[in-house]
Amino acid sequence: MKNKSKPDVPHPLEDLVRMDRIPHIWCSGCGTGSVFASCLTAIKQTGIDYRRFTMVSGIGCSGRGAGYINIDSFHTTHGRAIPFASGIKMANPDLNVIVFSGDGDLCAIGGNHFIHAARRNMDLTVVCINNFTYGMTGGQVAATTPFGAKSATTSAGNPESPFNLPLLAYAAGATYVARWTMLHSRDLADAIKESILRKGFSFIEVLSPCPINYGRRNKEKALDALRKYQKNTIVKNGANPAEADIDFDKGVILGKFIDIDKATCDESYRKMYRPQETADKQLKTG
Amino acid sequence: MKYWRVPLDSNEVQVSRGKVHIIEERCKGCGYCIEYCPREVLEFSKAYNAKGYHPPVVRSEDCLNCHYCELLCPEFAIFSVEAIGEGV
Repeated sequence: MKNKSKPDVPHPLEDLVRMDRIPHIWCSGCGTGSVFASCLTAIKQTGIDYRRFTMVSGIGCSGRGAGYINIDSFHTTHGRAIPFASGIKMANPDLNVIVFSGDGDLCAIGGNHFIHAARRNMDLTVVCINNFTYGMTGGQVAATTPFGAKSATTSAGNPESPFNLPLLAYAAGATYVARWTMLHSRDLADAIKESILRKGFSFIEVLSPCPINYGRRNKEKALDALRKYQKNTIVKNGANPAEADIDFDKGVILGKFIDIDKATCDESYRKMYRPQETADKQLKTG
Repeated sequence: MKYWRVPLDSNEVQVSRGKVHIIEERCKGCGYCIEYCPREVLEFSKAYNAKGYHPPVVRSEDCLNCHYCELLCPEFAIFSVEAIGEGV
């Protein structure tokens, strides 16, 4: 087909995407691209200079996000996105650090880093794309695969219980916890924007379909998953994270669960170990 | 748009209108924009793009420029720009 329909105006997010790397590797029907678009929209909406952002990703399908964004970014080792991001934040606290990665990378392989960054209240925005499986490696069972769901390694159904990620984040000390699906693009963009603008460890879980490696084995096409996200979810801001386990038969709770104001790790560190720097900064800002 | 009774301020109200742009060669045919357009403006085309997918085509002029397709599209392949609005 010829480029007859190619518009003369560029796509509004093109300034934030490395267009030489597009088309991206995400499959047809994968929700990661939609979450990525919401994240870019949120970055745009904050109105902050792009040079004041850094995106850090680990390994996995969603870990490719750092490679596609046209701002400073790091594609790090498996599970270690949060330690890299913590280092960036401690070295240059003026940067807005966004961690964009998947459930396997952040909460299984990098699970310890995740709980300790939450405990320290590192000033990071963590966008965790939960597709219920290890999509890139072929759909093996993950720490978030629902009970009874089929995967490449659990052909008769998953015998284990999955993580409740909002509860994990809250219990570890995260000061902002939210959950949306890729279909709730506007709420998601607003949540990411809110967590970029606030201080403290912000955790946003995003449910997203993996039609190839999860959906295929569980008889769930991409659009079926989206219909489930639309019909079997309940938006309940301020809900108790303990009730937020993922069970689509009962209804999955979405919304902003936790928003607490607490001193961040770099603030407390600088106050205790660099008192002169803090005093100078206070003088400057009045 | 059809109303059973014309609103009194219909002369003053401007309905926003959008023009949908589709970058066909980027589309991977997931159908999200077609399924979730609130005005059902889009449908699958009969033709294929270079990748072998059916990209969406605009079938009606009802777009209200809500930008939802733009946010939902995983491929950065669809967006809308404001068109000149008209009265109710």
